[in-house]
Order: sequence, then structure tokens, then C-alpha cells
Amino acid sequence: MTMPDQIVFRTEALTKTYETGGIQLHALAGVDLTLYAGEFAVLLGPSGSGKSTLLNILGGLDHATSGHVWFRDLDLTTLGDRALTRYRRDHVGFVFQFYNLVASLSARENVQLVTDVARRPMDAAEALDRVGLAARRDHFPAELSGGEQQRVAIARAIAKRPEVLLCDEPTGALDSKTGVTVLKVLADINASLGTTTIVITHNAAIRGMAHRVIHFADGKIAAVTVNDARLSPEHISW
Amino acid sequence: MTALDILLIRDFRKLALQGLAIALILACGVAILLTAFGMHRALIDTRDAYYERNRFADVFVQTRRAPLRLVDELRQITGVVAVEPRVQGMAVLNLPGRTALAMGQLLSWPADDDPLLNLPILRQGLPPRRMGETMVSDAFAQANGLSIGDHLEANINGQRRSLTITGTAVSPEFIYTIGPGALMPDNAGFGVLWLPEADMAAAFDMAGAVNHLAFRLSHDAFVPDILDQIDTLLDPYGGLGAYGRDRQLSDSFVSTEINQLRAMATVVPPVFFAISAFLVGMVMSRIVMLDRAQIGLLKALGYADGRIAQHYLLLAGLIAMIAVGLGWGAGGLLARAMAGQYAQFFDFPYLIFRVPAWVYGASGMAALATTMAGALRAALMAAGLPPAVAMQPPAPPAFRHTMADRWMARLALHQTSIMVLRSLIRWPLRSALTALGLGAATAAVIASGFMFGALERIIDLAFNQSYRQDAMILFTGDIPQTALIDIGRLPGVMQAEPQQFHAATLIHGAHEKRVSIEARPPDTELSQIIDTAGHPVTAPPGGILLSDRLARQLNLHVGETVEVQFHTGRRESHDMVVSGLVAQYFGLGAYVDIDTIDRLFRRSAQMTVANVQLNPQATVDLHAALQDMPVSAGLIEMTKNRQSFQDTIRENVVVVNTVYLVIAVLIAVGVAYNAARILMSERARELASLRIMGFSRAEASLVLVGETMLIAVIAQPLGWALGAWIAWALSRGFTSDLYAIPLVLEPANFAWASLVVLAASLASVLIVRRQIDRMDLVRVLKTRE
Repeated sequence: MTMPDQIVFRTEALTKTYETGGIQLHALAGVDLTLYAGEFAVLLGPSGSGKSTLLNILGGLDHATSGHVWFRDLDLTTLGDRALTRYRRDHVGFVFQFYNLVASLSARENVQLVTDVARRPMDAAEALDRVGLAARRDHFPAELSGGEQQRVAIARAIAKRPEVLLCDEPTGALDSKTGVTVLKVLADINASLGTTTIVITHNAAIRGMAHRVIHFADGKIAAVTVNDARLSPEHISW
Repeated sequence: MTALDILLIRDFRKLALQGLAIALILACGVAILLTAFGMHRALIDTRDAYYERNRFADVFVQTRRAPLRLVDELRQITGVVAVEPRVQGMAVLNLPGRTALAMGQLLSWPADDDPLLNLPILRQGLPPRRMGETMVSDAFAQANGLSIGDHLEANINGQRRSLTITGTAVSPEFIYTIGPGALMPDNAGFGVLWLPEADMAAAFDMAGAVNHLAFRLSHDAFVPDILDQIDTLLDPYGGLGAYGRDRQLSDSFVSTEINQLRAMATVVPPVFFAISAFLVGMVMSRIVMLDRAQIGLLKALGYADGRIAQHYLLLAGLIAMIAVGLGWGAGGLLARAMAGQYAQFFDFPYLIFRVPAWVYGASGMAALATTMAGALRAALMAAGLPPAVAMQPPAPPAFRHTMADRWMARLALHQTSIMVLRSLIRWPLRSALTALGLGAATAAVIASGFMFGALERIIDLAFNQSYRQDAMILFTGDIPQTALIDIGRLPGVMQAEPQQFHAATLIHGAHEKRVSIEARPPDTELSQIIDTAGHPVTAPPGGILLSDRLARQLNLHVGETVEVQFHTGRRESHDMVVSGLVAQYFGLGAYVDIDTIDRLFRRSAQMTVANVQLNPQATVDLHAALQDMPVSAGLIEMTKNRQSFQDTIRENVVVVNTVYLVIAVLIAVGVAYNAARILMSERARELASLRIMGFSRAEASLVLVGETMLIAVIAQPLGWALGAWIAWALSRGFTSDLYAIPLVLEPANFAWASLVVLAASLASVLIVRRQIDRMDLVRVLKTRE
């Protein structure tokens, strides 16, 4: 961690309840968590443990049922749809398991989607260069491998120079070797740009590369472990 | 119920709105097919049965005065089966309780037996047997509240008679009854009266003679030959030229209606069927793509390919079933509305307005076949998916760089615009067909809307420029123009001008045409001739002006000579030079100078009618005065004519336009909604990605709204061209010897059509947009596709 005192996210008694057929389901049951600038955090836990719900709320994709979540001084729980859109546009980058690229746009144009609307973006070419895809920039998604598509998705997410990068199972659809290249890109971005990076995964192998690992169970934080020595992505495999 | 049946119902429920949008379009096709085809059959069947049972004549001829003994000779003509000699004439009628004059077409009723031909069907009472009795047409009796035993006054050939009504009847000769000079049927102002033979002979001085004959021919008779032989025999007796059913007024109106119905039944429904088939195909293909995993699963479970294909065909079949139900219902209502129209204009004794059962069956089958054809490709695609492949997500659609990329780069388009354009180029056929569908909607509005402009122009030319007189006073025959002084003294007459009408045949080379020639003095103010450039013209002495349609039919041009064979006066032929062309939408007119006619006929100045300008306050007095005027044969009130024409036609045009407008909106909504829905399902992930990246709802949905609306805009010029072409074809199709419909297309027509279609498209797309707004972003992005 570069600046441990700078808080990016802070949640306080955060809950999220879904109601299905009269049954209340507590996806988040009172989560208090602080995430710091430049941190690389891995959220680990079985499905249904609440980690994705937390990520969605942090990313401004979902509303909490109760409690508070602050992005720096901004209380996200008080924001409407329009303000959340603004928040996502200015501060957050997302990476999903399925790359969700626009099929009709080339790699560079997919990145441009973001650079055209962002406030102080990097050049689309630079973003692609950072993920090692400068040579493939004019290819369409259908002409790229899965790993390459995911790297385009990462380039698209970081091109706006977001303060936070939220990744939901970024290697879930990839084999070990391809997955490692993607993780390497994430680690590089985190190190070089200082982007707070939060990665959700089932994959326990990934935890070694995090500053902190936050374990989820039943909608609550079960444990937080701090890695004194981080693993380099090259040493990870599954 | 099998699991697949349940699945079918669930799938259909998911498809409900899209299916309904398609079903509505298909239902239009079914309804129109049902109505037009059913009415077409019903009219033909009724007409044929009526004509056959009541021995409607095949040939008619009018003559000045032919001796009865000639009938035997006429009967000898090969191919003639029966001859009905008659006396006919016109009368001015004064009805109890009616201030305005009515006009009557008088026909003799045989003394000893019913007529051989054109046998009327009695509705009430008895035929006339004794002097002073009359049987009147049923519609006339009803419109005037006349019943058996009522009396009416008639001015017959200058004699005032009181007639007693003995019965009412309908006749195959008068299914469509229209008075002389009238543009629309007026059952109260014009009627048919049958009088005993002896009465008619006495009134028209026809003892031992006739002035009208009707002929029934054998089925293999060659009509033109027979017409020639009849004309040869009647020529010495003032024959006005024999003619077949095609020129019998009532039959030609009925036949025109039948032909129009047939045209409607064959041209319009296929358009709806084609659009429906295309939409079904588009929607079903998309569903099969979305259902890949489900199809793979079903196959893995052991369902056969045929059963899978059947599932999707049945899904389309359900759409057809809804369409057929709606179409039959709407068709039934439409048929009833049409039957109401026919009842207003046509007097059939027993018109069967029931649509035959087989037409229901055929329209249902056509709808079913349409959806099956549309769904076939998708069903085969489903059947052909190997189970393993079906369970994997489809590869992202392959895009390639194209020529268009260069100018898109030059225009520095935004990425969302590039997405829209690439998608259009990537699926050109789909884009083109969608544009064609929306273009068809625009075309439908233009094709019906041109009628308004056409009507305005017809009315303006006919009533504001040409026939500006308030009324025409008809005489029993040509009378000296000196009588104009007496006409001018009639109550309410402010101005009077003479005019003559002459039956004649125009001959130019191999072309000939029977027409009515109008003759006027050169300086008329009330009744004018308007040339094709829109200026009043007069026929120069010795020259003839022709309506442009007539000139075309005779292949005549200005400066050429036409042979004019007069059937009136001295029945001589004269060569006349075509001195100009005239714009005209009613009939096929020919115009000459009135003095030229009198000189050719070697007689003093005469007139057939007097055109008058009236003081409206004195109408009642005028009618009373005309009733007492021996030479008057009737009064045609142009103002009334214009009013009834305007009212009737406008009412029809409004109905037709409303129908077409509804149809256009249905097509636009059906096409645009389905196109947008499919785009949404294909693009759900991309739209969600845009939203997550921080695009606002409006920005993200612009991709979808933009693509559909861009196609809608591209479709407009296509729709204009298509609409103009259909309007042109319609105006050509409606044009007959009776009338012509001008093609009047103003920029406003095109603008209005586009406005309607673009608005309907936008509304449909915005409905889909609302669904995007409600989209669960996270779920969309985390599903596998």
C-alpha cells in the first residue's frame, strides 16, 4: 500500500435485502469495511456470500437497503440514478467475467467508447499498449482470443484513469496461462497508476497477489488477512 | 399436456407483444382478403343470378321512331334470342309533399303479359294495367314516402297527367340509378316509372311504333356483328346506335365496382402477408438464437429434430391463429360496412352479403401459410443445431473493416454512431427489408392521401371553373333559342344561356367512340370549357375540342381531322378539325360551337337545355312554373349535385383514408417495434456495458433508437417513391370512360405520410427504450449470453 491513510471506500453497517416470494434474503448483513487508495484487495468467498453485491454497491450499480457507503466524501447511498451514472463515468472502471465488448467496434474503438466521454482519459492507444495489445488494436472482438478480449476490456476500464477498478471474476472464463497474463496486467495497472483494485474471485490461488484478502461468508466479512509478502502473478497457477 | 406444450405456451407468452404487433398486420391482410374477395364473389353471384333470372338484356338501342313490324326482322338476326320493344321517355314529376321537381324515366309495360326482358321484381302491389296507373322503382317510392294508391303529377311530353301508384319494383336494368346530368344517385329526385304500353304510346305519339329496344343474345353470339346489323335495320328510323352491356349505365357502374374489388383482393393482401412473413422470420430467427441452450438441452434429452422444428412452427402458428381470429372479426365488420355502402347505391333484390365459408377458410389458410413460410428458415435452423454446439454460446458476430470505415473516420463519428452504422452494414438485407416495411407504411398513407387533393381538383374544375350554372333546365327535345326570353322571365332566373347535346360517334382511322357532343355559344359565362392549361377556351367555328382522355383513346392530336357521325339532326357525318384539348374528369367530352351545329343541321338556332343562374329564394316558384311549362323535361340543380357529390365522395375518402392511416400505423408499429425488440435482445449486453461505463440512459439507448430511426428515415424516400407509384397506379386503375381521378401529389402529402410513420416508429422504439431503462444491468452482464 502506498498511502495507507487515504481512504477510498468506507462502509458502515451496510445491508442489502432481497425479497423473493415473501422470504427475506440478506445478501449483505451489516458490512463495515474500509478500502485504501492504491490497495489491491481480493474478495473471496463462496457464491451467495455477498461479495458481488458489495462490489455492485461500491460501483454504483445497486442501492443498499440500509447503512452507508462513502466514496471519499461522497455518500453513495444518497445518490439517485443520474448521479450514480455520473459517479461511474468519472471514477469507476469495471471488468467482468464475460468481456462484454461491443462486437461492432474494433479494440481501439471499444476503448474510445470510454475516452470519448471521460474527463481526463489517457489515449486509447496508450491504454491498449498498457495491456500489451498495441498491435491488435484494429481487430474486432470476433478476431481476438478470450484473453485478448479480456485485456481489451481492462484497457477500456482503465482508459479513463479511474480511481477504482472493480473486477468481477476477471479470470473466470480463462485458462490458467491466459488468466495469469490478465492478472499481470491488473497488477501492473495497480502498481503503475496506483488504481485501487478490487477483485472478486472464487479462485483462492489469486489471493497471494493481494495486499489484503477479505473473506466473505453469509453476507458478512468472516476474516481479513493481510499478505506481508505478495506473490507475483507469474507464480500463480490453477 | 406435454412439457413441450407447456413450453410452447410459456414461449408464446414471452412473445406476446411482438406477436400481437405481427398478428395485427397479418389480420389486416386477412380482413381485406376476406372482405374484398367475399364481396367480389357476392356481387358477381348476385348480379349474375339476378341478370339470368330476370333476363337482363345483352344489347340496347334507342331510336327516334321505329315501326313495330321491324321487331320481326330484328328477331331474325342470327344470335338474337329475344327482342323487347318499348316506349321510353322522360317526365317532370310533382310529388305530394315535395317542393322540388323530380325527374322520371318512363318505360312502357306490355299490355298482355310481363316484359320478356329486364323483368322487374315486384316489391309491392301490381304492375300498371289501366290508363293512369304506374309502377315506380322501389328506392324512389321509399325515398319519397310513396305507397300504393298515392297519386303523383307528371308532365309527360308537354301533357299534364295524374298517375296512381299500383306497385313498386326493382329492375336488373336499374341496379344503379342515376338521373341525367347527375353525378351521384338521388333516389328522391330521380325514379323509374312503368306505365301501360297504351298510355306511353299515346303520350309519346308511338302508336304502332317504339323508340327503345332491348335484345337478348345467344351465348355464342358475336356482339359487334349483331350491333352492326341492328344499326343497319334501324338507321332509317333514327337509330342512335346499338350498344352492349358495357355501355349500359347501371351495369357499367356495377362492373366497375366488381373490378375494383378484385383489384383490391389481389393487390393489397399480399403486401400485408409479405410484411408479416418477413417479421415472423426475423423474430423467430432471433428466438432460435436465444434458445440455443434450450434447443441443445431438448436434443440431449432425446427430442427429434422434427419435433424441435415443429415447436417453432407451432409458435408461429399461434401468431397466425390470433391474426386469423382478429382478421375474421374485422373482416366481418368491414363486410357489413361495405354491404351498407352497397345498399345505399345499388338496388339488388336479394344481395347476399354473406361472405362464403370457403373464403374464410382460404384467408385463414393463407395467413397460416404466410407465417409458416416466414418461420420455416428459423425452424430448420433450430432443427439443424447439433446438441453440443447448441449448448455453447454463439461466437460474437464477425465484423470486418469495410470501405465505410474510411469515411466514418473522416467524419470523426462517435463510437455509438459507428455501432449503429456498422450494424446496418453488417446485416444489409435485414436493414433493407426493415426499411421496405416502413416504406410500405409511408406508401400506404400517400396512396390514400392523394384522393383528397384529387377530389379538390375535380370539384374545382367541374364546379368552379366549368359548370358554374346553378341549374340546367331540360327540354323535351331541341327547342328554338328564342325561348330563352321566356326562360329569362321564369321566377328566380337571373341569367340564361343555351346549350345543345348531341349523340355522335367520333371516328379516326380504326378508332371510334360514341360520345355526347356539347355545343355552346362562344361567349358563355355560366358553362365554360377549360383547356389543359387551365384557361377558358371556346370551340372555333368548324372546330371541335376534345377531352384529353378522349383524344388519347382516338389517337387524335390538335390539328388533325376527325369524322363526326351525328345520331341526331340530319344524322349526317362531318369532318371537323381538332382545335384543342380540354381538361375533364367526368365522361369523355367533345365540344363544338353551337352556331356550327345549327349550320351543319341546316336549321334555325336551337337549344337542348338552358343553363341558368338562379336567385335561391325563388326556387319553389321556379319549380312550380316549370311544372306548368309544356316543353320542360326537368331541372338539374348543379348546386345540389355538387353538394351530394362532395358529401358522398368526401365521406368515402375520409373512411378510406382513416382505414389506410390505421393500416400504416399498424405496419409502422409492427415493423419498428419488432426491429427494436430484436436489436435490444441482440444488444442487451452492449447497452448494459455502456450504462456501466457511465453512459446515461438516453446516451445508451440512442444506439437502439438511433438504428431503428435511421432505418425509418432511410425508408422515407423509398416510401415516397412507392407511394407515388401506387397512387399513380390507383389513379390509372380508377380511370374509366365514366370518370378519371387526377394524380395530385403535393409536398404536404409526402410530409404528412413521413410524419405519421416516423411518429409511429418513434413511439414503438420508445416503448422498447422503456424496457432498456428497466434492464437489470448486472444480471445482463453476468449471464453467459
